[in-house]
Amino acid sequence: MMKSKLFWPIIVLVSILCINLFFDPSFFSIEVRGGHFTGSLVDIANRVTPLLLISIGMTLVIATKGIDLSVGSIVAMSGAMAAFVVGRPGISDDSLAPLFLAIALSIGLALLVGLWNGALVSRVGVQPIVATLILMIAGRGIAQLITNGQITTIYYEPYAFIGAGYLFMVPFSIYIAAAVFILAVLLTRKTAIGLFIESVGANPEASRLAGLNSKNIILMVYVFSGLCAGIGGLILSSNVAAADGNNAGLYYELDAILAVVIGGTTLMGGRFFLMGTVIGALIIQSLTTTIYSIGIPPEVNLVVKAVVVLIVCLLQSPEFRKKFTRVLTFKKMTKKEGVAQP
Amino acid sequence: MKTLFKSKLFLLLAISVMLLLTGCGSDTTTGSSEANAGSGGSDKLTIGFSQVGAESEWRTANTESVKSAITDAGHELKFSDAQQKQENQLKAIRDFIAQDVDAIVFSPVVETGFETVLQEAKTAGIPVFLADRAVDIQDDSLWTSFIGSDFVEEGRKAGNWLVEEYKDIEGDVNIVELQGTVGSAPAIDRKEGFEEVLADHPKFKIIKTQTGDFTRSKGKEVMEAFLKDKGEDIDVLFSHNDDMAIGAIQAIEEFGLAPAEDITIIGVDGVKGAFEAMADGKMNVTVECNPLFGEQLVEIIETHLAGEEVEKRIAVEEGVYTMDQAEELLPERKY
Repeated sequence: MMKSKLFWPIIVLVSILCINLFFDPSFFSIEVRGGHFTGSLVDIANRVTPLLLISIGMTLVIATKGIDLSVGSIVAMSGAMAAFVVGRPGISDDSLAPLFLAIALSIGLALLVGLWNGALVSRVGVQPIVATLILMIAGRGIAQLITNGQITTIYYEPYAFIGAGYLFMVPFSIYIAAAVFILAVLLTRKTAIGLFIESVGANPEASRLAGLNSKNIILMVYVFSGLCAGIGGLILSSNVAAADGNNAGLYYELDAILAVVIGGTTLMGGRFFLMGTVIGALIIQSLTTTIYSIGIPPEVNLVVKAVVVLIVCLLQSPEFRKKFTRVLTFKKMTKKEGVAQP
Repeated sequence: MKTLFKSKLFLLLAISVMLLLTGCGSDTTTGSSEANAGSGGSDKLTIGFSQVGAESEWRTANTESVKSAITDAGHELKFSDAQQKQENQLKAIRDFIAQDVDAIVFSPVVETGFETVLQEAKTAGIPVFLADRAVDIQDDSLWTSFIGSDFVEEGRKAGNWLVEEYKDIEGDVNIVELQGTVGSAPAIDRKEGFEEVLADHPKFKIIKTQTGDFTRSKGKEVMEAFLKDKGEDIDVLFSHNDDMAIGAIQAIEEFGLAPAEDITIIGVDGVKGAFEAMADGKMNVTVECNPLFGEQLVEIIETHLAGEEVEKRIAVEEGVYTMDQAEELLPERKY
């Protein structure tokens, strides 16, 4: 069991949650308030959804030996697009048409952006880090262009349901993330697509010679990553009923890459672990919530985060674990000898 | 080889497009000076105003205020938008000097690098007034006066309001604080001013403080965590800006408490969203960070040019607005 890629991330996740229990004994309690479940665990599950969605898309991109830096900007663009549709005054709460129009346009824009990234990488042959860097920078500009550089507040009630609504007492965003996750798992594990992606990531040229259409597979993962980021953007902007072109999804690309790496997928491409990514994203979000709830001073937030991430990465490394256990067993042995001597 | 060529060609294309775009941008910037050779009475002044840009509603309101105050007072306005670029601003100020304006108003894009151009203005005998933002220059004779918000005072006002509001209440008052971006001037100063006032009143206790980066989503997320941890013990929320307070209000509602009733909510800035929240009865008070100091500015310029002494550092007149004033004032809010 210790050999499993998931073992160490799960240990870290559980220990972060347990640290909370130490500071706040009611941390795991979930109660019903205002007609829905509330509690720190519900918060973590709810807050993690945008990052989780983006990380799922990122996992597939990284599996093809690529990287998608533009996801944070796609989040901003998608939120801005939705706010552009439903953020205008005078939209009545009774009609659901604006809601679906907003969703369609946002997702459409996200898909288009994903297609652009994918085309640059697979057809033009630009390196992924450069190709997606273009929209990482320009995307925020586009988002601000849509919102006129202002924070747009959305007063249209139905829109808030996506990110702040509840279905059967559970936040609706959790269903969205779960649905995308299940879709990704089914597509990659029940069909050959997953194998194709791994094959392209391991060796695109050999895959092409073996008869795979490498280019289209690469194109597809970027479109999927764009889609995930677009949905994430909808959830994020809907949650606070506002679109902020400057700050929405800022640095999400880095968190997403981190979640993927913590989950055991390597940046070298090839094998990927969707479940590991889920654990990785949960670790990042639990850590954030922990920092808020146990009252770590804001000035040292990032240091605490960095130390935890370092520990996770070290635990993930077989080399480190081997050395670490060798040191431990060596100590034990010398102790025993010491006892035996007199 | 083929892909390499293609990618290089593409990059070249992308770069040239970008250069073209930025080139267009800077060309059109300073062209908007509204030149109209000075004529009329002896007390009619020509004032050059170089604004930072138009990055937020706050800034737009600020620009409007200064522009209209100058023209309403019957003076001649020469306006230039620097679009966040220092070189545009330097060019604009040199233009103002060349046109021999009576006074120059500017909000510096950055704090440094204005020595030479301000020296030129001083040599030409044109007084320079800084609006909203300060410059970092050793020789303070290069500018006449600085008018802008005093963030420490804003923190004090928030503290004073709270002390007054809770003066009849015995026992501890638990406060949670949402700080601005770590290290930013408004966050440091507002915190300082607020704590300075509360230091004399031991019943007020700040039980939790955390940064919300001045954004709604972070404000909401942090408040959620505060509520899960302390819940009903929280009496007061002090937020370093209104946006975070608006996010926190959503968190409080979702937690099942009534904002403004169960938890007293104090914001800073006085943006429209805060007035809407107050009109809905969801927020108690906001301390204004006023961009509408145009009239005050024009007054100072007139006083100075009349030969009278003006103060080096002038704080903007800023109010504290409470819930019961909100509905009435909401239609008047410009930002």
